Amino acid sequence: MLEVRHVSKSFRGLRAVHAASFEVPEGSINGLIGPNGAGKTTIFNVIAGVYAPDAGEIVFEKKRIDGLRPDQVCAAGIGRTFQLVKPFAGLTVLDNVMVGAFLRERTAAGARVLSNSILKKLDLDAKAALPASSLTLPDRKRLEVARALATRPRLLLLDEVMAGLRPTECDQMVEVFRDLNRREGLTILLIEHVMRAVMALARHIGVLHHGEVIARGTPEQVVRDPAVLECYLGEETPV
Amino acid sequence: MGLLAILLIALPAAVGPYALSVATLILYFAYTGQAWNVMMGFAGQLSLGHSLYVGVGAYTAGALFFHYGIGPWAGLWLAMLLCVAFGLVIGFLAFRFGISGVYFALLTIAFAEFTRIGFDHLDWLGGPGGMFLKVAQRDTWDVLNFRGPPLMYYYSMLFLTALAFLICTLLLKSRAGYYWQAIRENEEAAQALGINTFRWKMLAVAISAAMTAVSGVFFAFYYNNLFPHEIFSMNRSIELILGPVIGGIGTLFGPIFGAAVLTLLSDGITEALAALGWEIPGIKQVFYGLVLLIVVMFLPHGIWPAVAKKLKIHA
Repeated sequence: MLEVRHVSKSFRGLRAVHAASFEVPEGSINGLIGPNGAGKTTIFNVIAGVYAPDAGEIVFEKKRIDGLRPDQVCAAGIGRTFQLVKPFAGLTVLDNVMVGAFLRERTAAGARVLSNSILKKLDLDAKAALPASSLTLPDRKRLEVARALATRPRLLLLDEVMAGLRPTECDQMVEVFRDLNRREGLTILLIEHVMRAVMALARHIGVLHHGEVIARGTPEQVVRDPAVLECYLGEETPV
Repeated sequence: MGLLAILLIALPAAVGPYALSVATLILYFAYTGQAWNVMMGFAGQLSLGHSLYVGVGAYTAGALFFHYGIGPWAGLWLAMLLCVAFGLVIGFLAFRFGISGVYFALLTIAFAEFTRIGFDHLDWLGGPGGMFLKVAQRDTWDVLNFRGPPLMYYYSMLFLTALAFLICTLLLKSRAGYYWQAIRENEEAAQALGINTFRWKMLAVAISAAMTAVSGVFFAFYYNNLFPHEIFSMNRSIELILGPVIGGIGTLFGPIFGAAVLTLLSDGITEALAALGWEIPGIKQVFYGLVLLIVVMFLPHGIWPAVAKKLKIHA
């Protein structure tokens, strides 16, 4: 469904992502992990259209999407959340989600129906009329997901939605994504620090280090990969 | 709401000519404030150069009448067209090159100033000496040429204010309103939700410019004299945003409420002082500043949201 081919992106000489390649098959849940500064969010931003890649190509459903603007990528069927949540603080929770829903629904009534059903799915329906600024962090993360879902994506990019959640909240969120994946066939690519969530969700994991993909495989394979252990724990030196 | 409408329609029967002129002025500011509010209040694009659209609108319709005797009903459309063109040029320059916030506001001031200087050198429009529309007899209704008694101006302004309120309500509850507010709150997040922010910001500028053009046409035919240094001045731009700022930026009632409060209080105080025998030039400006200061300090979201909360109205 999504293919990232030899994508590179530098910022003033700093190589954030270097010749990264991976693919996300339709209907799967994929994880992208790596230490801080490995280039995970940069890759997300390149896919989502925030930056154009310096080299390489990105293909979504057989169409090139690299170099498109964020709104065009979203319209093509890729939804995203932000690591640092960006709610429309002055609007209500429902109105936040309706902004997303208007991408596929032209009337306010249609957008409201779609938004209410999504709020229910994410357990935010009781807070629909509250201003987004009054939400707690876990709820803001949920709102971020709800808004992205309202654009009816076929691929959802999740940028650390579990960070800052308590283990039970995290498990709840995992359940929501599993459900969306199983029932609606939503394909998911997530960046995550919380290993508990990645291991529970992802069938397939890519490991990014210094902007390069150093390992790919099932969660079990990846955690035993010596290159991965090295980048997380450091090299073993004889004493 | 219905009561308010009846009250406003019946008002001229109950008051004298001075009160009627104050009421017309309130409606003029209420209307123009609503036009500005579309751009700043809804879409978050701060224009401090809206006098540009008032001036271009006024001069366009005024010149057609002055030179060719073409009435404002035809001039109106050309005025709107020209203002939209001006707005789109400014919008294109700003939004294409990522100028936003304070820098966008500066750009709008710059364009209003350029235009003022340009009009100062246009002899065809009277230059700095001004352009004067022929004042016809004021007691017959010549609707075709928009000449008539004060009553005609009052009712046309009342109609425009109501129409603008209707347009703003419909816009705010439609896809455009949601998209504008999303852009105002967080442009990056808005774009990630599939919104072509450039296109929607341009639409806000175009609608605001077209609406303000109409206010300029009214100005030309109500006051009958136009001077570039007056109509394009920064003071005018500030004056017409005070209503929405004090009433409540981004709200539907705010601009109307703010215009009423500001005009009534400032005229009331000027009158009261005059009655005491004190004619203080510039007291109005001092008063505007004072009200602005008080509102910014105690009601940073404007007076209307506080009033609406008290009355439990959602608007």
